[in-house]
Amino acid sequence: MPPVPSDRHLLRARDVIDVRYAEPLDLDALARAACVSRWHFVRSFHRAFGETPHQYLLTRRMERAAALLRTTDHSVARICAEVGLTSVGSFTSSFKRIHGCPPTAYRRAHPPATDLAPIPSCALMAWMRPRSRATSEKTGRATAGSVAAVR
Amino acid sequence: MLKRVSHVNVWVHDQDEALAFYTEKLGFEVREDVTLEEFEGFRWLTVGPAGQPEVSLILSVPGPPPLDPDVAQRLSGMLARGELSGAGAMIFNSDDVQATYEDLTDRGVEFIQEPMERPYGIDAAFRDPSGNSFRIMQPAP
Repeated sequence: MPPVPSDRHLLRARDVIDVRYAEPLDLDALARAACVSRWHFVRSFHRAFGETPHQYLLTRRMERAAALLRTTDHSVARICAEVGLTSVGSFTSSFKRIHGCPPTAYRRAHPPATDLAPIPSCALMAWMRPRSRATSEKTGRATAGSVAAVR
Repeated sequence: MLKRVSHVNVWVHDQDEALAFYTEKLGFEVREDVTLEEFEGFRWLTVGPAGQPEVSLILSVPGPPPLDPDVAQRLSGMLARGELSGAGAMIFNSDDVQATYEDLTDRGVEFIQEPMERPYGIDAAFRDPSGNSFRIMQPAP
């Protein structure tokens, strides 16, 4: 049997982010899922998917937060916790930076029309996840500790 | 006039690995497994769900001679990164997605989405060993 491509292991780590974004994921756990060292993981993930694990985790959380704003009446604080973040202030500023408006304004502007169409949820998750161009934070780069920082 | 779908190609990393996954974990049946030594060992391998004999999945490995080695390598990379499936390489129907999810999870299938209620029904998603994603859907009554 040919060796399993290393990118397949990285995809497994990305799947972990997609499934467990609400948990306090850290780089060690993701690197274990990808069968590589923590240091090698960030570089490999970026090479394969064009963004760091931190950026991917944050955009997945923001995509899920936007979906919850469109489809539930949960408070912003509750949605913040539901996507795995602990600071409402950081959540709100990340949301505004990525989606262009605060969570409450986003909710008002986006009625849940997508719920009426038979579009698989994975298609919505893929299409609605913010592109990484808008995700850079103060440093503009994700570092090895960045994932832990967004717990 | 085109009448119906009979075969769908699914790129896989390794045919033996895929055969074991699709038959032992998903419960598919083998339709054809033929190796043609005169064609550089080309292996025609098809599987399908037992309840739908008219549709088969062709499990193909990207590589020469049909594909240039560079193209095959790029395709293999896309496969491994999950870039070939789109919203799902295929969507399977089930009468009970929750039960199917539990059964396949017990068999070691990697799910990337647990059963989720949607306006059109309940669906879940999993990957095969190569990186393809598939969906299971239980249409709303």
